Parts: sequence; C-alpha cells; structure tokens
Amino acid sequence: MKPAKFDYHDPTSIDEALGLMSQFGDQARPLAGGQSLVPLMNFRLIRPAHLIDLNGVDELSYLSAEDAVLRIGATTRQRQLERSAEIARRWPLLRDAAAFIGHIQIRNRGTVGGSLAHAFPSAELPVAMVTLGASMLLRAKTTRRSVRAEDFFLSTMTTALQPEELLTEISVPELPANTGWSYQEVSRRYGDFALAGSASLLAVDGKGDIRYARLALTGVTPIRARKAEESLVGERPSEALFCDAAQRATENLEQDSDIHASAEYRRAACAALARRALTQAAQRASDSMKGTLR
Amino acid sequence: MSTRQVCLTINGREYTGAVEPRKLLTDFLRDDLGLTGTHVGCEQGVCGACTVLLNGEPVRSCLLFAVQANGAELKTVEGMAPNATELHPLQEKFWELHGLQCGFCTPGILLTAEALLKEIPHPSEEQIREWLSGNLCRCTGYQNIVTAIHEAAKTLSERRT
Repeated sequence: MKPAKFDYHDPTSIDEALGLMSQFGDQARPLAGGQSLVPLMNFRLIRPAHLIDLNGVDELSYLSAEDAVLRIGATTRQRQLERSAEIARRWPLLRDAAAFIGHIQIRNRGTVGGSLAHAFPSAELPVAMVTLGASMLLRAKTTRRSVRAEDFFLSTMTTALQPEELLTEISVPELPANTGWSYQEVSRRYGDFALAGSASLLAVDGKGDIRYARLALTGVTPIRARKAEESLVGERPSEALFCDAAQRATENLEQDSDIHASAEYRRAACAALARRALTQAAQRASDSMKGTLR
Repeated sequence: MSTRQVCLTINGREYTGAVEPRKLLTDFLRDDLGLTGTHVGCEQGVCGACTVLLNGEPVRSCLLFAVQANGAELKTVEGMAPNATELHPLQEKFWELHGLQCGFCTPGILLTAEALLKEIPHPSEEQIREWLSGNLCRCTGYQNIVTAIHEAAKTLSERRT
C-alpha cells in the first residue's frame, strides 16, 4: 500500500462535507481531483487521518455564465474549462491557462478548486485567477466569506483557507469589451511544471491607447504587478513600453531556487514572459477593436 | 482494518471486491482482479503507464483510489481486442510499425490513443503529440508510435465507411 491509512468519507452534499470538515478540522483533507494530493499521499509526505472525497458532491461541479459573472464550482474538472465554448469566447485567458496544466489525463481528473487550494507556485490557474480579478467563496459549517484571489494566496502551498473551510466556488467578473489576453510560460519539457509564467489582459481605446491593463506573474505566490499596470494605462503600446513594464514587474519579484532553476533565472524568465504576454495581449486587443479577431 | 465494497464494470464485465480505502485503483486491478495489463510505473502521476479509461476518459489509475471507481465503467488494455484471435486496429498498427520495443508504456499509450481517435478521428501530428505528452516511452523516440496512430486512424475510418 502506497499511502498511509486513513478513514474515508464520501459525502454527497456540501452541508455533509462541511459537517465532516468541522468535525475533523486539521485531521482531515478534502480530496478533489487528487492529481496533487494523491502523489503526496503516495510518497507519505501527507498522511491525513480522514480523507473527505468531494467527488460525490454533485452540487460542487458546475460552470455557469448566465449573468455577467462566470461561476465555477470547485470540483469542476480542468478539462471542462478547456472544452467550454462560453469560456473560450468570454474568458479565453482561462482556457489558455488550463491547456498548460499537466497533460490531458491529468486535466480529466484535476479540478479548478483543487489547483487553487493546493497553491503550487508553478500552477497556472492561480496566476490566471489573480489576473482576472476572481474571488473565492470559502465556506465552513456556519460561516461563508468571499476572498479576492490576490488575498487568497499567502505563500507556497499556503492559502487563506482555515482548516474547517472548503473552497466551494470561484467567480470571475466579465472583462471589458475587446480585451486582449495572453498566457505565457516556460517549462523544461512540454507539460512539465512551469519554471516561470505570466498572464496579461489589455484593452485599448479608439485612438489605440491602453485603457485597461492587467499583468500577473508566477512566483512564490502569484502576484499582480500593479505598478507595471499603472505605467501602461494611457500609453500607446510599444516594445519599449512593454520592456519597461516587464522590468518594473519583476524588480522585486520573490522567487525560490531549486534543482530546476535559480531564483535569478526565474525572475529573468518572468520578465521575458511578461513582455511577450503584454505584446500578444496588445495585438489581440487591437485586432479585436478592428473587428478582425476570429 | 475497515474495508469498503466496490462494484464496477471493467471491459463490459462486472467486478466486485472489498478494498481498504487507501488501495490505489492500479493495485486493485492488478493484485485483486488479476488484470495485469495495466502497468505500474512511477506511482506519482508522471509516466502514464497506468492510464485507463474511466467512463471513457483517459486518467491515471495510480492517482485514484479503487473505492472512487465504485459504480464506474472502466476500460483497460485487456478490453481493446475484439476477441482472442484479433487485435484492435491500434494494436495491429503498433505491432506492424514497431510502435513499441519493451512494451512497458504500451497499454497506457494504446488507451490514450483510443480516446484520442474517438474525440478526433483524424488527428494532426501535433494533436497526436499533445495527447501523447502524458505518456512516457523511453525506447521508441515516439516516431513510430505517432505513425502507428495515424495509420490506425485510417483503418478505423475505412471501417466506418
């Protein structure tokens, strides 16, 4: 047997799951897609006494974009993001980021909420959600609160989630009309963990000047580059402008070194990716304004 | 030791078993049911050797607990050939075109390829490589695997017409 012993619980409703979370607190781990948790359990790096399997909680799995906000149930599979025509049309950044997660076999099981709650530094969805200004609904047996993506990620594999809480829903606001997008990352091999990544959203006005800018980077936590964003608004897109913004964005970017890459490398790669992300997003924004974007 | 009852359909046949919740689906298939066609490689979701089709979708069976497959429909490599004397077109082409050497990764690759051809009957080379990226092969260099999948796609579409 690879994992250590645990008691298995398979609730069928959110209330039942929250009851179990409240009963077992930090002795429990919720199991969503298991694409990160089960390897850690197989290595016995994590030995939860109670495993609360959320896969039978049907009310946690949905995509709804009926109003201006996209609502994603926490156990929605990553592959569903990738396949949704509505997301491709209205939140293409999310589709592009999802396509970088592991491999198809992983995305078939891996969930949106699971990736966010795991908060692995090289993960795609956390940086995408920070860029999109998403918010997370955190529920416990008697409480519910909404936390902005920017405030949700605290450190490597550490989030604002309390032991008794579950991330139940992610909501993503509508983007301004004609927003261009880009998701960029580098990894040693296709599908491997990203060494660095960057996401951007840009919109331009009738004169071609930038009127809306979002830029975020992978790091110890996914981080929004607010100073860089501010330096872009009101300006005309250009290579020099984007180089400068990418520099600003990565100046004090906290990064870790490991066997795969040094912190310096990751910082430099983030700067290059930020520049590429801004350039591609600007091009798409401008094409969209001209009505030429397919 | 507390066990749970698992009942599932594998390759069209119903199986039941009592499992400890921590038993991985791969180990259940191999050790409890004797379905050793599903291979165990890295046991951490990286190599793809243990890929099976869960309700039609390729997934890592080393990252699922057997108890989670309760009520599911599973397909393993044992279920690919139509009978004892014929092979599935994918198996046929892998054999003919040297899509394998040691064969360790082959069951996982065949099932991934089957799911691919079901979703995209005429995949481009890029699409084949995208789908195969989750299955490691250390012998072939993938070249003949890609060719075999292309050829199997042709056979399958000829059969449909």
